[in-house]
Amino acid sequence: MAFIDYYSVLGLSKTATAAEIKAAYRKLARKYHPDVNPNDKDAQATFQQINEANEVLSDPEKRKKYDQYGKDWQHADAFEQQRRSQGSSNAQGGQTYSGGSFNGEDFSDFFNSMFGGDAGFGGAQGGRRSGGFRGQDLKAELQLSMRDALKTHSQTLTVNGKNIRITIPAGIENGQTIKIGGHGSPGMNGGPNGDLYITFSIEDDPVFKRMGNDLYTTAELDLFTALLGGEKTIDTLDGKVKLTVKPETANGSKVKLKGKGFPVYKKEGQHGDLYVTWSVKLPVNLSPEQKKLVEELAKLSA
Amino acid sequence: MSTEPIIAADVFSEHHQIDITFIHSLHECGLLEIILIEQRAFIPAAQLPQLERMVRLHYDLDINLPGIETITHLLERNGQLQEELRRLRNRLKAYEE
Repeated sequence: MAFIDYYSVLGLSKTATAAEIKAAYRKLARKYHPDVNPNDKDAQATFQQINEANEVLSDPEKRKKYDQYGKDWQHADAFEQQRRSQGSSNAQGGQTYSGGSFNGEDFSDFFNSMFGGDAGFGGAQGGRRSGGFRGQDLKAELQLSMRDALKTHSQTLTVNGKNIRITIPAGIENGQTIKIGGHGSPGMNGGPNGDLYITFSIEDDPVFKRMGNDLYTTAELDLFTALLGGEKTIDTLDGKVKLTVKPETANGSKVKLKGKGFPVYKKEGQHGDLYVTWSVKLPVNLSPEQKKLVEELAKLSA
Repeated sequence: MSTEPIIAADVFSEHHQIDITFIHSLHECGLLEIILIEQRAFIPAAQLPQLERMVRLHYDLDINLPGIETITHLLERNGQLQEELRRLRNRLKAYEE
């Protein structure tokens, strides 16, 4: 595993004073705190790194160990054993912020290899220590096919070892998040449970493109039906439809099928539209007789 | 009559180790709804996530009430923009294919 340069994480030199470390940490924590960067995984990762760096550098004992053995962290075990035999106090540095979904136990492998049995994460040490009340919110992602999203349906998912049956309304969109109240982590000290947030990822369909509540597809049409008119059966997301083709239908022309698009989310009975683009196909491998007829047609059309 | 769960403000303050006057200040700013039952203040449980965030902003990040007000407004706007971005990204994806 890679060495982590905690000084670099906080933008400090190795000779930074405790006051400088505190100031740098507070400034960066304000910038990357989950409460001011909601749904930002990059900010959350940075916030965790900042907290970890502060956990080490603001604790005199940890900082000493890190400065001595940082790059040679493999020797940390030997140092640890020696320290234990001498007796140790779990001195903790200043304040570390909690907040959002960071629970302070998400330390890197590097940190754990060096301070594993000695983590002593202080939470809001030196500041406010929350006894815990409302349970944490949980986040989950669920992937659906486009066809799944067409109808309101139920699905069972497992979150934190518990099975939850949820109803997914028809018309759910890609990236949309729904809240299932009370299905987050349990509350403490009489507090309510947190909530469960599920973000949906809707797969692309090979045949249909979705734009909002409207669907778009291309259907092949043979040249003769395009020229002479007729009927053509095409697939929709929930069955087949027979369309009347007008004579002299041009390649690329569109037909709008009202109400054959996607159901509108939480608006029962309302649907978007389906737009079908005709792709007129030229016949291939003409027989000599067919070719002759086409040549005659060409002469007549000149 | 509403059956919405409510949490006593004094119980909340105790568990979060904060001053109950902070909760009243938030109410005065219009940032928090409070229900008074026999002179005792209660908070609708649905507001707890926002309240906990405001507690963290104030007590952990040293942000004052006007700052919390501004941040709350900006976060709301941020949420609207993220939703609009989600919609636009979906549309763009459909055009690009």
